[in-house]
Amino acid sequence: MEDNKMLKVSSNPHVRDCESTTTIMMDVLIALIPTTLFGVYNSGDYRMYSALLIFITVTTCVLSELLFQKLLNKKTTINDLSAVVTGLLLALNLPCNFPLWMAVIGALFAIVVVKQIFGGIGQNIMNPALAARCFLFLSFTSHMTNFVIDGVTKPTPLAELKNGDVTTPLRNMFMGNVGGTLGETSTIAILIGAAYLLIRRIIDYRIPFAYIASFSVFILIFGDNRFDLEYLAMHLCGGGLMLGAFFMATDYVTAPITPMGKVIYGIILGVLTGLFRIFGPNAEGVSFAIIFGNILVPLIEKVTMPTVFGYGKKKKGGKKA
Amino acid sequence: MSVLTFRGGVHPKEGKELSKSAPIRKVLPGKEVVLALGQHIGAPASPTVAVGDYVLVNGKVGAAQGAVSANIYSPVSGVVKAVEPRMMANGLKVNCVIIENDDKYEKAKDPFKCDGSKNSILNAIKEAGIVGMGGAGFPTHVKLSPKHPKDIEYIVVNGAECEPYLTSDYRRMIESPEVIVEGLNIILSLFENAKGIIAIEDNKMDAIIKMRGYIKNYDRISIKTVYTKYPQGGERTLIKAVTDREINSKMLPADVGCIVNNIDTVCAIYQAVKNNQPLISRIVTVSGDAIKNPCNLEVCVGTSIADIIEEAGGFKGQPEKIISGGPMMGTAIFDINTPVTKGTSAILCFSKDEVAKHEASNCINCGRCVDVCPAHVLPARLALHAEHGNVDEFVKMKGLECCECGCCSYICPAKRNLTQSIKTMRKSVLASKKK
Ligand code: SF4
Ligand code: SF4
Repeated sequence: MEDNKMLKVSSNPHVRDCESTTTIMMDVLIALIPTTLFGVYNSGDYRMYSALLIFITVTTCVLSELLFQKLLNKKTTINDLSAVVTGLLLALNLPCNFPLWMAVIGALFAIVVVKQIFGGIGQNIMNPALAARCFLFLSFTSHMTNFVIDGVTKPTPLAELKNGDVTTPLRNMFMGNVGGTLGETSTIAILIGAAYLLIRRIIDYRIPFAYIASFSVFILIFGDNRFDLEYLAMHLCGGGLMLGAFFMATDYVTAPITPMGKVIYGIILGVLTGLFRIFGPNAEGVSFAIIFGNILVPLIEKVTMPTVFGYGKKKKGGKKA
Repeated sequence: MSVLTFRGGVHPKEGKELSKSAPIRKVLPGKEVVLALGQHIGAPASPTVAVGDYVLVNGKVGAAQGAVSANIYSPVSGVVKAVEPRMMANGLKVNCVIIENDDKYEKAKDPFKCDGSKNSILNAIKEAGIVGMGGAGFPTHVKLSPKHPKDIEYIVVNGAECEPYLTSDYRRMIESPEVIVEGLNIILSLFENAKGIIAIEDNKMDAIIKMRGYIKNYDRISIKTVYTKYPQGGERTLIKAVTDREINSKMLPADVGCIVNNIDTVCAIYQAVKNNQPLISRIVTVSGDAIKNPCNLEVCVGTSIADIIEEAGGFKGQPEKIISGGPMMGTAIFDINTPVTKGTSAILCFSKDEVAKHEASNCINCGRCVDVCPAHVLPARLALHAEHGNVDEFVKMKGLECCECGCCSYICPAKRNLTQSIKTMRKSVLASKKK
């Protein structure tokens, strides 16, 4: 009888999977290593500076989350590493020479305004890193679009594409030694990370695949050079699409939870990105497309409720008439 | 060979290697046998003995009340010490007949006879007090008496044993395949249009091969290999896997021409029909990392759980959690001085409670619970509605379709107790519906 005092009781199930929020965030960080390393390497003279930029956004995100939760007497959640992911993603969405104080503002905006005010992890409506990117873009447009490569300011391949005079070889776009934000330029580095996430089943293939597929179809039909595969390849590799499709659109919190919803969400993002890029005033359109898509998520979920087991197709057998 | 399955489910650590190779060993009950009168779904049996009566092995001590109920028999001979409420493993008090075992094991004469006709087979199953022994405890004779017996196309024997750690069905299949096949054949004799299917998970290839050898002479029986995944052995998921038919919570398997029985139940049917033997014992896997010698025991109903833990060599270290049944759907035990019932498939003792280790955090909307839910509902949303008491939304989102399998809680990276919330809400909705 003595032993029994020690017995724990709880509802079923009595075993749990080893994956946790923290391990998932850790996997995302691991997947971002190639992209991050390449981004720093690609910064040329700004290598030290860009490393510092990453450090600053990550630290600001973590500390602001900690402070916010301490001040409001909430449980601290910085151990789940989600603030680290937000900080890193934000840095990867900035030009390598971006002013530090602006980056701090962006990080504070991401954590305090977009994430914590809505209730912390899991409660935010928009992707914090992307919302902060859009916020910075609107507030400091010139700093956000000033890309330095090999010591000279150059337009991104996408901007060249928009203006109709492309000088960057497609190969460079794929490898990444082109202008762009820290993390978006190297398609190959992003794909390595994406493969890791897909294999570890951290992200669902539906969103990125539907996104890229619908975007491709849109560009082939409505792009400046219709049905030109090289032109399409430039659109895919020359801007923020890959980073957006694999690392931003797949953010759990701001994507639909239903399987069908994920497909539709991906398709919507592809079409919106195409619309913004082809018909909008800016060359890029990924961030705004995803933020816009985030807002549509509740609606998407509502119309994509899965068929509950046993309510689907007509049942065979049983009582025959 | 095609391997059949369903959509959803999880792969928890199996842990079956602990007790897999331990042959079934018969153990005798201790000095006191506690026979719960309500250990099945339906009305509790009413006691047929009084304090001071002398009962024999196979002597009836509780009589079924009404259509959905089951008889209770004594596994020992001895004097009735008391008829009183006693604590069950799940913490509920249930009226029990308590017998002082005199260790003589004097047998009563057969409590019923079976001449092989349909009616007498059904009667034997009913008289023997057989209930579903996978844990649910639904009276088997009711299951085997559907409105339209001619419409039954499949009798499925559930040899999936998808719960981690459990090996009792596996041992039955390895040790007495002929009893299972013959038992199934008896059920088939009740349904002339039915085929028999024995469904076994593909982690038990030796059992599959063994059973194949025994069905050669039965052309109505086949073995189907199902994919090793929890909850493959759930009634709805098993029917889906082997017949591709789906039932929802408002339907019975018979509505799609199926009846599913657990391995131990089929063995009990064999014993009742062939040997006029009422249900007084079952196979229990005693395992977990806090058990010295994990094993499979043939245990009399009414034996104290503490006694069978002793039979398994006792504890290795201090257990933190003890579960009656499997780790996914079983019940945590308050007190080991409670009796084994017809539905006790396992006693699992763990030195660490995996659940207490984690603290629930915010849902990160990862969708894993949706991917694994065999009912194809949205556990994350249902749990929220349940926690906020939104009955209407809960019902609208088909919360009642949850089979309480536990997959969502198992997989949730935020360690949310989804199953618990949904289960609690389900119970209260179902209870208020009955009123
Ligand atoms: S909601 Fe119910 S049926 Fe679905 S996984 Fe959770 S416990 Fe299982
Ligand atoms: S598994 Fe947990 S964290 Fe993921 S969606 Fe379901 S409830 Fe939320």
